[in-house]
Amino acid sequence: MEQGVLSIAAFTALMGVLSTLVALPLGIGAAFVLARRSFTGKPVVETLLALPLVLPPVATGFLLLQVLGLHSVVGRALDAAGIEVVFTWKAVVLAMAVMSFPLIVLTVRAGFEQVDVRYERVAATLGAGPARVFLTITLPLATRSIVAAAILGFARALGEFGATIVVAGGIPGRTQTLAVAIFNLTEAGRDADAANLLLMSVALAFGAMLLANIIQRRKRAA
Amino acid sequence: MIRLAFTIALRQGGFTLEVADAASVEVLGVFGPSGSGKTSLLEVIAGLRTPDTGHVRVADRLLFSTGQRVNVPPHQRQVGYVPQDVALFPHLDVRGNLLYGAPSRSRVPLPDSRLPTSGFAKASPDTPDSRHDLEHICTTLEIAHLVDRRVADLSGGERQRVALGRALMSAPRILLLDEPLTAVDRSRKDRILPYLLRIRRELHVPMVYVTHDWREMHEIADRVLILDQGRVREVKERRDT
Repeated sequence: MEQGVLSIAAFTALMGVLSTLVALPLGIGAAFVLARRSFTGKPVVETLLALPLVLPPVATGFLLLQVLGLHSVVGRALDAAGIEVVFTWKAVVLAMAVMSFPLIVLTVRAGFEQVDVRYERVAATLGAGPARVFLTITLPLATRSIVAAAILGFARALGEFGATIVVAGGIPGRTQTLAVAIFNLTEAGRDADAANLLLMSVALAFGAMLLANIIQRRKRAA
Repeated sequence: MIRLAFTIALRQGGFTLEVADAASVEVLGVFGPSGSGKTSLLEVIAGLRTPDTGHVRVADRLLFSTGQRVNVPPHQRQVGYVPQDVALFPHLDVRGNLLYGAPSRSRVPLPDSRLPTSGFAKASPDTPDSRHDLEHICTTLEIAHLVDRRVADLSGGERQRVALGRALMSAPRILLLDEPLTAVDRSRKDRILPYLLRIRRELHVPMVYVTHDWREMHEIADRVLILDQGRVREVKERRDT
C-alpha cells in the first residue's frame, strides 16, 4: 500500500527532529571547544568537522555504510548487541544528523564567539567553576544562535537525500523521506504525485528557514 | 587588615611586569598611568592571568607559586573582582547578578577558618542568612530599590554599585577593584567614593584598588604601589600620602 503525502511528511519531520536532537548537543560541545580552546591540530579538526558540507552526500552515505557495515568494528559491535541500523529509520536519523552537524557547529560557534569572555571571567572570580560558567553564562548568552542552529539543522535534515538513500535505502513505509519519495516518483514518471510532495517539502523548508531568519534578525537587533 | 604578598614576573608581547610587595593592608592602592601594568597585576591576583614566575599569597593561603607548582583556579580564590567596565551579566536582573556568587551549600567551605571572611561568608541564596546579607549589602550600597531592575536600565553609578554588591555577595577575602570610578563623571565619583569608604569601614573587606587618580588613592588607600612601565617605582604608606 502506498504512503500518503502527509504520512511521508510527518515521518520526514519526525526524523528531522530526532536528528536535530542527536546533532545539537554534540554540535554545541564541538562549537564550544572550537570557540574557546586552542589545541594542536585544531585546523585539522575544523576541516574534518566541516567536511560533510563539501563532500558529495552520497560519499558521506557510503562512508557511513562502511562504518556501520559488518566489515567494521562498529558494525560488528552493533550486530552483536542486536542493534540494526542500516536500512532502518535509525540510519535516516544518523544520515540527517551527520549532514546537519557542520551547519549546527558553524552557527553555534559564531554565537559563542559573540559572547564576551569578560562575563565568563567575572563569573569565575565569583566562584563559578567551568561547568557552571558554561551553563549559566555562555549558554544563555548564546541562546538565539543555538535556537537558530537547531532550526537550520532541522531544515538541512529535511532536504537530506544522498546520504540517506545510500545508508537507509528509501524503503516505502520504513525509511522513505520526502526527498527520497520525490526521487522515486520522478523515476516512475509520476510527476503529479512528485509535485504534491514537492509542495509539502517547500512548505516545511520555507517555514523552518523563515523562523531561523526571524530569530537571527532579532539577534542582530538585540 | 589582610596580609598580601606577591612576587610576579610576567612577559606578554613587548610588555614585562615585574612587581613584588608584602604588607598587611586594609586597602592597597595601585597607582600608575595607563599601560603601567595595574590591570595585569589585578588579573594575576584574581587568577585570570598566569605569570611566568613568582608567587601570590593572600593571608596565609598560597594562590600561586611556580616554585611549589600551585595555581589555584579563579573560582576557588575567593576574590571579588570588579573589572573596569563592571561586566554585569546582561541576561540576569540586578538580583540575579547580586546572588550569582553567593556561596551555596554545595560549595566546599574554606579549609582555613582563621582567615578573615567578613560577616556574610556563610551566606546561601536559599537561607535567611543570605537574604540578610543581600539586605545588608543593598542597604550599605543603597541599591535595594534596584534589585528587580534589568541591568540595561541602570545608570553608570548604579551599575558600579551593583557590581560592587555582586562582588561582596560572593564573600570574598579581598576585593580587587580596577579603576571603579573611571567610567563615571566627577559628580558621580563624589557620590560613589563614600560607598567604597563604607565597604572599608563597615564591612571590613580588604581591597586592592587600582586607579590613576591620585585624589581617590589619597582618600582610600593605606599603602600605595606606584607602578611605571611594569615596575614598582615607589611605595607610599598612608602617613606619606
